[in-house]
Amino acid sequence: MIMCRRATELMSQRLDRPLVWQERLSLRVHLAMCGACSQCNRQFDMLHEAGKRFEPAARDEQE
Amino acid sequence: MSIPPLDDRMQRLTAVRPRLLSFARLHLRNHAQAEDAVQDTLEAAIENQDSFSGRSGYETWVFGILKFKILDTMRAQKRQGTWQPLEDEADDEAIDRQFRRNGSWVKEARPASWGEPEAAFESETFWQVFDACMIALPDNVARVFSLRELMGLSTEEICRELGIRENNCWVILHRARLRLRACIEQGWLTEETP
Repeated sequence: MIMCRRATELMSQRLDRPLVWQERLSLRVHLAMCGACSQCNRQFDMLHEAGKRFEPAARDEQE
Repeated sequence: MSIPPLDDRMQRLTAVRPRLLSFARLHLRNHAQAEDAVQDTLEAAIENQDSFSGRSGYETWVFGILKFKILDTMRAQKRQGTWQPLEDEADDEAIDRQFRRNGSWVKEARPASWGEPEAAFESETFWQVFDACMIALPDNVARVFSLRELMGLSTEEICRELGIRENNCWVILHRARLRLRACIEQGWLTEETP
């Protein structure tokens, strides 16, 4: 079983490289049981998305 | 799509300038250098307007020019040796404070919901907090994060640019994200819910 700190490493690296299947599995199991890490996972996704939104392109093309 | 007429272009450049500047500032962390990069970008956009193909939006094209200028400036900063060396694998106190020794969240640091992402992105406050939290990151950490998440470089490209190992890059990005999430949660949720 991985702990939250290790889970946050995997959810961060997931955004930068493909995880191997053992990593994906242990992350998924952890997230299913841990509400705090699920929130953290959503926040990392938001930070990832926010970076793209910073550029006017994404916003302007919607206007 | 055709090339916008000159008046229109000047207007659009004026309109996009503040966003170019805050983008450049997040990367370069130096106001004068950010101003210079934006100024160079605006001049290049006007001089090289013929190379605007109209395939992407005009602002997107201008942003592309700025990205080149930022990378140029960062390379110059690196050559001049004004960068602090990246500390390798050293413990990060700001991260250690979020976790207990056994690796679970410290109670006060447990992530809470930020609500719907779209609502956050629409909120002026969210961007102010994001900006402030980026500025609060240590230079080294912010540089890697902004190259990855704002500039959209791969970690492989970042390693080449900064001369670090990819593993080191992942460690730094993990720290950057944990620091940012803690900072944003503190600044934003407290602002939104009185």
